[in-house]
Amino acid sequence: MKYMLIMRQPAEVELPADLDFTAIVNAMGAYNESLMEAGVLLAGEGLAPAEEGLVIDFEQTPPLVTDGPYGEVKELFNGFWIIQTATREEAVEWAKRCPLGPGMKLELRRVTETEEFDQENEYVQKEYGWREQLGTDKPVGA
Amino acid sequence: MSQRGAEAGAEQAAASARRRVEAVWRIESARIVATLTRVTGDFGLAEDLAQEALLDALAQWPRDGVPANPGAWLTAVAKRRAIDLWRRRERLDARLAAIAHDLEEGQRRDPEAAPWDPDEIQDDVLRLVFIACHPVLSREAQVALTLRVVGGLTSEEIGRAFMIPTATVQQRIVRAKRTLAAAHVPVESPPREEHRERLASVLGVVYLIFNEGYAATSGPDWMRPELALEAVRLARVLASLVPGESEVHGLLALLELQSSRFAARVTREGEPVLLGDQDRRRWDRGAIARGRAALARADALGRGRGAFALQAGIAECHAVAASTASTDWEQIVVLYEALGRIAPSPVVELNRAVAVSMATGPASALRIVEELERDGSLAGTAMLPSVRGELLAQLGRREEAVDALAEAARRVGNERERDVLLGKVRALEEGAR
Repeated sequence: MKYMLIMRQPAEVELPADLDFTAIVNAMGAYNESLMEAGVLLAGEGLAPAEEGLVIDFEQTPPLVTDGPYGEVKELFNGFWIIQTATREEAVEWAKRCPLGPGMKLELRRVTETEEFDQENEYVQKEYGWREQLGTDKPVGA
Repeated sequence: MSQRGAEAGAEQAAASARRRVEAVWRIESARIVATLTRVTGDFGLAEDLAQEALLDALAQWPRDGVPANPGAWLTAVAKRRAIDLWRRRERLDARLAAIAHDLEEGQRRDPEAAPWDPDEIQDDVLRLVFIACHPVLSREAQVALTLRVVGGLTSEEIGRAFMIPTATVQQRIVRAKRTLAAAHVPVESPPREEHRERLASVLGVVYLIFNEGYAATSGPDWMRPELALEAVRLARVLASLVPGESEVHGLLALLELQSSRFAARVTREGEPVLLGDQDRRRWDRGAIARGRAALARADALGRGRGAFALQAGIAECHAVAASTASTDWEQIVVLYEALGRIAPSPVVELNRAVAVSMATGPASALRIVEELERDGSLAGTAMLPSVRGELLAQLGRREEAVDALAEAARRVGNERERDVLLGKVRALEEGAR
């Protein structure tokens, strides 16, 4: 089974000014290395600071585009891992080993298999083709 | 809540705690056994101690909760048991007394500290892999020991995967440890000059585990993906342990590429789907990308392809082709020829025949098959008549084809596979009417 670990940070959490960034990079690097060495890591990316981001809000038509994830956004999404484990409990154990501090959260979600959806649906059929085209093993957004 | 409801709730909680212990064990056991093997200098003892610590965890964690650092907890319990055992046996000679002292000191200073030295642990785990796959052991014992100490599977899980009783798995492990002790197998890594040969044995064990999952040799299921995926994980572990060995990447490439077809290899009803009939859109593109990346790493080491990398190359030809017709069969024939030179085997020759039939037609392929029949090394197998039947059918020699396929169906052990062969026989007979 594949799981996505989503790193979340409440928007109001301010990082201390004297934050030892090298120590954080080292701790996260050691964690990633342990996932690699255990053969469970399939993918992972970190995201640039939220200030560079945009929010497209569908509350109105056409959707409103604003700078930065402000307004209603309560949690920032900072990065993700995709891991492959035999059981959900194993994925939880890996998630608990992530070197995150107080205030931070890690969300664990199972990655769905396309086989779980209605196989007769035209778009489910098309998704197989998209997967091939994009070189991803999962349809985008699933 | 009724009495029965409360009991069911308690049972559920216990089961969930047990699954958590098993999950922790899967993650930690290799490092625990590897560390204990180095510390005690005795693999059999290290494995016993680790298993006893696991039993303690199974008894305590459901009641008291999982400790903050479960790996440290398990290692500390195992080390304490080692000290107790040495004291009880009154075998606390100077060497053991020194080890015991170090262990006690370390635990007293910081019981929650990481139980292993990150610089040492990869060497420790590699040594463990070599012991588990030691040539004095039978293949069965190597498989059981590798899954248990490197993969972190419980005896029960191994039994389920191979459809054998848990007691049989336990017996195999006990016997394997006795064999290692009797042969005085040292806990050091093999000397450099034996390294490649010993590694070949390790890769063979992982490949065997994958194949048992990929094409189940018996029982009702055509494949057991969990077992095959465990083998892929073990291959990834090996690739990080010995990144300079190209065949390790070759094996990983092969397993990733083969496993990319899981979803397409079987219908919802559990019927096998042969390569030519598979819906290629359902192949796992992520696994294909990982497989091709691993093959590129093997090639980048610049020492040419070994047997696993060549097979991965063949799998890659299939993985990148949009259909059977557009597959580069000539390249596959070349790869099979290379494979036949470095690892000659009648099975490779038979596969080459199939590739030749696709590249240049059934007539030249049938000549290879007939050569194999004269040679007699595949006599009694289902593979030979199965391929022969296919080729004869393509050549329009229907009656001979029916005979060959029926022969194959009689010989095959897997029920699902037999159904496919009998289906072909029926199709040929109906076509004759």
